[in-house]
Amino acid sequence: MILVVLDHDGSKLRKASLEALTRARKLAEAFGDGVAGVLLAEGQAPVEEARAHVETLYVAELGPYTAEKWAAGILEAAKAGAKAIVAPSSRQSRAYLGRVAYALKAGLLEDTLESWAEGGEVYATRYAYLNRVTQKVKSAPPVVLTVKPNTTPLAEPRGQAGQVVPLSIPPVPTVEVLERVQEEKKGVSLTEADVVVTGGRGMGSAEAFKQVEELAALLGGAVGATRAVVDAGWRPYGEQVGQTGKTVQPSLYIALGVSGAVQHLAGMNKSKYIVAVNKDPEAPIFKHADYGIVGDVHQVLPALIQAVKKLKD
Amino acid sequence: MKFVAVIRQVPDGESRLRIQGDRVDLSGATLILDQMDEYGVEEALRLKEKHGGEAIVVGFGPERTEEAIRTALAMGMDRGIHVVHEGYADPVTVAEALAPVLKEESPTLILTGGQQADWDSQALGGALAEALGVPVVPWTTALQLEGETAKAKHDLDEGAEWVRVRLPAVFTTQQGLNEPRYPTLPGIMKAKKKEIKRVAFQGTSRVEILQESIQEKARLQKILEGKDPVAAAEELVRLLHDEAKVI
Repeated sequence: MILVVLDHDGSKLRKASLEALTRARKLAEAFGDGVAGVLLAEGQAPVEEARAHVETLYVAELGPYTAEKWAAGILEAAKAGAKAIVAPSSRQSRAYLGRVAYALKAGLLEDTLESWAEGGEVYATRYAYLNRVTQKVKSAPPVVLTVKPNTTPLAEPRGQAGQVVPLSIPPVPTVEVLERVQEEKKGVSLTEADVVVTGGRGMGSAEAFKQVEELAALLGGAVGATRAVVDAGWRPYGEQVGQTGKTVQPSLYIALGVSGAVQHLAGMNKSKYIVAVNKDPEAPIFKHADYGIVGDVHQVLPALIQAVKKLKD
Repeated sequence: MKFVAVIRQVPDGESRLRIQGDRVDLSGATLILDQMDEYGVEEALRLKEKHGGEAIVVGFGPERTEEAIRTALAMGMDRGIHVVHEGYADPVTVAEALAPVLKEESPTLILTGGQQADWDSQALGGALAEALGVPVVPWTTALQLEGETAKAKHDLDEGAEWVRVRLPAVFTTQQGLNEPRYPTLPGIMKAKKKEIKRVAFQGTSRVEILQESIQEKARLQKILEGKDPVAAAEELVRLLHDEAKVI
């Protein structure tokens, strides 16, 4: 059996889960196996949507997320004999899957771009060295594999609803969640966005990000921030793009007032098109840009907003 | 109290990588203590300064990793342990290598970097926690000891949360947790005399790297002059619409 971790937002499956399902089906075909899903809930979970994609759906109500409880839930579901566990890449999944991989003594293939099975082994490609190197890796089953968002076509429902199996999870020693600081979520999620508009230190203030938000909204994209901006308290950590933040790979990445430090590049250097606006023509970001404007971001950004509006009309 | 920071040595993000025979060749690269692990070293030092006890650095990797362990000792760590292993090892294997060493030390808590700058893995914290049978707090941005427990703030995919956890536990670090100090000259002198215990590890990685390649995407480099911001913006939007077809 190939087990998919079906991440969701409380009402529907995340896009990344539908990508994970596509990968899982490919492995299942190669192994002549079925696909089961595991849906771990805090409150409402999209059971009907999830069972449309899998033969068996394991469901457990676990309360607030902790890596320990999620790992226990997945291990319980995997007891039916999972050759591979496939999950979306996320900060959270990599913490609980580290536990799961250790418990199963599995080969952990993180953040894969592609994956396939051959001769009973699982192969994948992934980035390494701060996204600068592409690796081809392999491991014998059991394998725990995470899927980098925006790499894989989305799975369609099977046309037949799978069987729902409730899981009972024994209590595990875990962290006690005291307070959840929910960041206000505007528009599309950063890692799944097809357009990312990132502001750097050159934006000068938290207020200046209103226009970054406006441009991102016009392009149907998400707002990103650099380390300097987050450290200054202008934007929340959840928006940080880079080695210590999120890795994004949109079709279009617009860097406004971003100098282009290596740590930042590590989070966005695989974007299809990179656009830079910076008043310093020597800024390293220009070396990595497809298009750019050497100019004052405070003048260029409002002009960009107007130009996009004009295009849309 | 005993605070452990688990570290690795990695190429500097700015250093040039070469490929030799299908694999990354680090012989010409500048190698440093992983900057993500530095946050862990700094936090161990701060905890020791506040609560007393001992701060220990545990390094995993080839012979050269001793340099990174010395850097941590120069920052102020009391002693080092080097688990010697040549070549790549996946996070489960690294956790297997480190678990017996950590169990023997039975530390108050363990810190390690949230992401490795060479293998781009984020799983070591979780794998180590599982190996030790303790909870993990990933991506920690604040950490306070309160008797037998710790209170910590950490990032989730969306938002953040405060948690309380019974110790021992594993914490993975990231920027925002602290500002790592630089080694001082007296620190560097002292570090030369500090003990580094060597432990051999013979395990085999479950994951095998078959091939590595550098494919730097050639960028178009069409950079416009922005003296007339309106004209430049309109031209840029035209290029993105007509040429790149991304808007």
